[in-house]
Amino acid sequence: MNSEQKPEAGDRPVVSNRTMEIVVAGLLLLLGLTFGIASYNLGAGWSEDGPQSGYFPFYINLMIVIASAVTLMQAIRSKTPRPREAFVSTGQLRQIMAVLIPAAVYVLGVQLFGIYLASAVYITVFMVWLGKYSWGKSLALGVTISVAVYFMFEIWFKVSLHKGSWFDPLSLFGL
Amino acid sequence: MEEINALFHGFSVALSPFNLMLMFIGVILGVIIGVLPGLGGANGIAILLPLTFTMPPTSAIIMLSCIYWGALFGGAITSILFNIPGEPWSVATTFDGYPMAQQGRAGEALTAAFTSSFIGAFVAVVMITFLAPLIAKLALKFGSPEFFSVYFLTFCSFIGMGKGSPWKTLAAMMLGFALACVGMDNMTGQQRLNFGSMELVRGFDFLIAVIGLFGIGEILISMEEGLAFSGSSARIDPKIVIETWKKLPKYWMTSMRSCLVGCWMGITPGGATPASFMSYGIAKRMSPNGAKFGTGQIEGVIAPETAAHAAGTSALLPMLSLGIPGSPTAAVLLGGLLIWGLQPGPLLFVEKKDFVWGLIASMYLGNIAGLIIVLTCVPLFAAILRIPFSIIAPVIIVICAIGAYTVHNAIFEVWLMLAFGVVGYVFKKLDYPMAPMVLALVLGKGAEDSFRNAIKGSQGDFSVFFANGLVGSIMTLGLVMLLWPLVNKLRGK
Amino acid sequence: MVTAKYVAVLGLVASFAGVVVSTVPDAQAAAWEPTKPVEFVIPAGTGGGADQMARLIQGIVAKHNLMKQSLIPVNKSAGAGAEGFLAVKDSKGDPHKIIITLSNLFTTPLAQGTPFSWRDMTPVSMLALDQFVLWVNAETPYKTAKEYVEATKKAGPNKMKMGGTGSKQEDQILTVSLEKATGTKFNYLPFKGGGDVAVQLVGKHIDSTVNNPIEAIAQWRAGTLRPLCVFDDTRMPYKTKITPTMSWYDIPTCSEAGVRTAYVMLRGIFMPPGVTQEQINFYVDLFKKVRETPEWKKFMEDGAFNQTSMSGKEYAAWVEKNEVLHRELMKEAGFLAKPKP
Repeated sequence: MNSEQKPEAGDRPVVSNRTMEIVVAGLLLLLGLTFGIASYNLGAGWSEDGPQSGYFPFYINLMIVIASAVTLMQAIRSKTPRPREAFVSTGQLRQIMAVLIPAAVYVLGVQLFGIYLASAVYITVFMVWLGKYSWGKSLALGVTISVAVYFMFEIWFKVSLHKGSWFDPLSLFGL
Repeated sequence: MEEINALFHGFSVALSPFNLMLMFIGVILGVIIGVLPGLGGANGIAILLPLTFTMPPTSAIIMLSCIYWGALFGGAITSILFNIPGEPWSVATTFDGYPMAQQGRAGEALTAAFTSSFIGAFVAVVMITFLAPLIAKLALKFGSPEFFSVYFLTFCSFIGMGKGSPWKTLAAMMLGFALACVGMDNMTGQQRLNFGSMELVRGFDFLIAVIGLFGIGEILISMEEGLAFSGSSARIDPKIVIETWKKLPKYWMTSMRSCLVGCWMGITPGGATPASFMSYGIAKRMSPNGAKFGTGQIEGVIAPETAAHAAGTSALLPMLSLGIPGSPTAAVLLGGLLIWGLQPGPLLFVEKKDFVWGLIASMYLGNIAGLIIVLTCVPLFAAILRIPFSIIAPVIIVICAIGAYTVHNAIFEVWLMLAFGVVGYVFKKLDYPMAPMVLALVLGKGAEDSFRNAIKGSQGDFSVFFANGLVGSIMTLGLVMLLWPLVNKLRGK
Repeated sequence: MVTAKYVAVLGLVASFAGVVVSTVPDAQAAAWEPTKPVEFVIPAGTGGGADQMARLIQGIVAKHNLMKQSLIPVNKSAGAGAEGFLAVKDSKGDPHKIIITLSNLFTTPLAQGTPFSWRDMTPVSMLALDQFVLWVNAETPYKTAKEYVEATKKAGPNKMKMGGTGSKQEDQILTVSLEKATGTKFNYLPFKGGGDVAVQLVGKHIDSTVNNPIEAIAQWRAGTLRPLCVFDDTRMPYKTKITPTMSWYDIPTCSEAGVRTAYVMLRGIFMPPGVTQEQINFYVDLFKKVRETPEWKKFMEDGAFNQTSMSGKEYAAWVEKNEVLHRELMKEAGFLAKPKP
């Protein structure tokens, strides 16, 4: 593996596999319960027309509840694989957040300023920040991709992409 | 031999320079459409349909069907390289294709995928040429109980394949079903499980889930391991095509079986997605290497790709001869036929010979043209993996965001995609299997609708699922598949 | 070498930008005209009747150069079309958005309780009315609607299967009003699309359908389906023979056949609220031009549409009357949304 950047030393585990198993199984249990109750309220019975709207979802969610309850028990009793090992370490978490947070900011940018400006900025910043490329190169690539996407979707395929709910930069060009 | 004459006449229609040019343009456009998630085959063709009004119908349909080929080929590229299936039927290709790419065998996986697609499609076209009227009748036998039996068989041939905790498999699969239920209940027209939210009425689209779970999730995993896509050491050598071809004949049984599954599913019309999953499941059961599936087995690429293309191609048959689309893309093509004033149906073969045989001939030619184009590009595609991660990662995220947006033209779906990305990352690390979840998400609603429709039609009588030879034998086959692992276990002891 | 490449890329970008600038239309034209691409909302999925019509219109507008800007169809089908209608309702004053409607303009708010009505939008013009025909399999003995209804009564409630598209939408409403008019009870089975329904009937998995003409014409011509009557007050005007013996005109109306039921489906155009009269006029005029093209006329004939078209007050009055009709039918059928707790 020729990684460009090794995870930093001094890694500490953030959360163990066991804790994470418990959290995930718990969340699934909760989801199953919420959906199950909602389906029950819809009518989970058998009407003259066959199963009602809530019939399938109800039993499906019942199975989620059972399956996640069992997993939860197993996790609490440390019966799941590698319970003591770290689910994620500080270094790893930092790496992941370095992608996830900009991605979230990017989506917010898409929502506010439309897909074209947000994409150009996102690609540029990502390249400069994580890839250590020069601003010139990064900007050139970011803008090129954004313009190419514009032509491909808006002009060629006639697909209208998101324009920005707060401010539409394309309006500056009279588009 | 009437068909042969008609076919040669068709070749002469299709082989005009103008049509040949359209064919190449179509294939290339199709590959682009297939690569960009969100611009799937159906959408892509719907978008391009109005542009073809100025052409003669035969040329237009040739171009559109070539886009269809291109999109079928293109779907495999992102599945193998980035674990992002652009189309539902490429999901099964990721199971072994992506591990192959990670091991630096992207070229091999791509070649295998393209070649298998070609073989699948080719067999289906031959079948269309000679057996069209005969086979088209089979599709008429399919009512709701039969459709349900096909879904049932697909689930059964796929179940019991995971190695991890059965409880986690169950939870993941049921989560897929549960998500598929959100939105509208087709049977009663009632909104359900959306908790009053207009955004959730749209339901959880398969594409959003898959882009998130597989694509974004994979980027997060790669991040954790340092900034690189594994497999960047991929060899880029045009000879890889020939080398892979030398290996392929060994797997002729898998190919044959997948062709059969695919053709059958395309005609009936179960569609390409169940076909690819079913074929993968069956190959895993039957192959001596079955246990190693999921770790980068070439057979695991051959099986779903062959079946998906055989199905995608034979799906055009019921469309032409009966006017029922076997796939969403075929449905849009059907709209195109109507707009050009051609009525698909039993009489199309009689009244519009030029058109039908021109189209069939273009299937042969378009498929060959497509294969040549994509095979020449294998080294190029494989080279994409060499682009540094810090360039390709944001580009992938941008493309994923666009794909997620175009599904419903809603920004909410892009957020959803990110959320699925986190879920995919966590699930992968905790060994929750994602394949059953996606399968349930893709086919869950169809299965529920056909089941309820069948029960409503029979007024609550379950014997409808064994009422005739066809539905009865598919259901029985499904049960056999379901019990297979059990039988194997008993035999082993 | 590398820099040369970037310069080339930038050059390419610049030339694209040049193209963009030069295609901006001049705003000097006298009457109002769209200044950017117009979004054409389709409150239904790809491949359906509304989708086909919208894409045909897009093609016609492009081919005949009826508008300087392009028309971009966008499918917003969630919640039985509610998504599309709400999007138009929320784009107050936006003249670059139009929507094509089908019966879900009425059925969706009534059945789902979605907070919108046609009054939240600006009526532009009616393009056509879609017909419904009662179909049976050609191998069955029923020659007239009356015979079929008698057979349904004889078989008992829920025995005859009526196939249709969707639930609590036009097909099912029509089925219910047929039941009311004749005192029968069908077992209504919803399918995904009109094409599927027609094939289910050919395969004898269901006993009858209320398909639109275009959805079943291929099977009729092939001699596998038989039309019994059309749910309208007058016969369809098209006298070209479709089968060796029959044209659309030869199909009796249901009232003639002794089954007093009529129902047509609106194919019309709406705009967001708060647009100016000038802007409405542009689209009224645009669709008038669309209706005059040979492609449109052929499409109308192939699909045996009722070519009634209107705009302005007349159109609004028609829509209002139709809404009342839907409310009554759906109330009788018990399809109205329960008031939210």
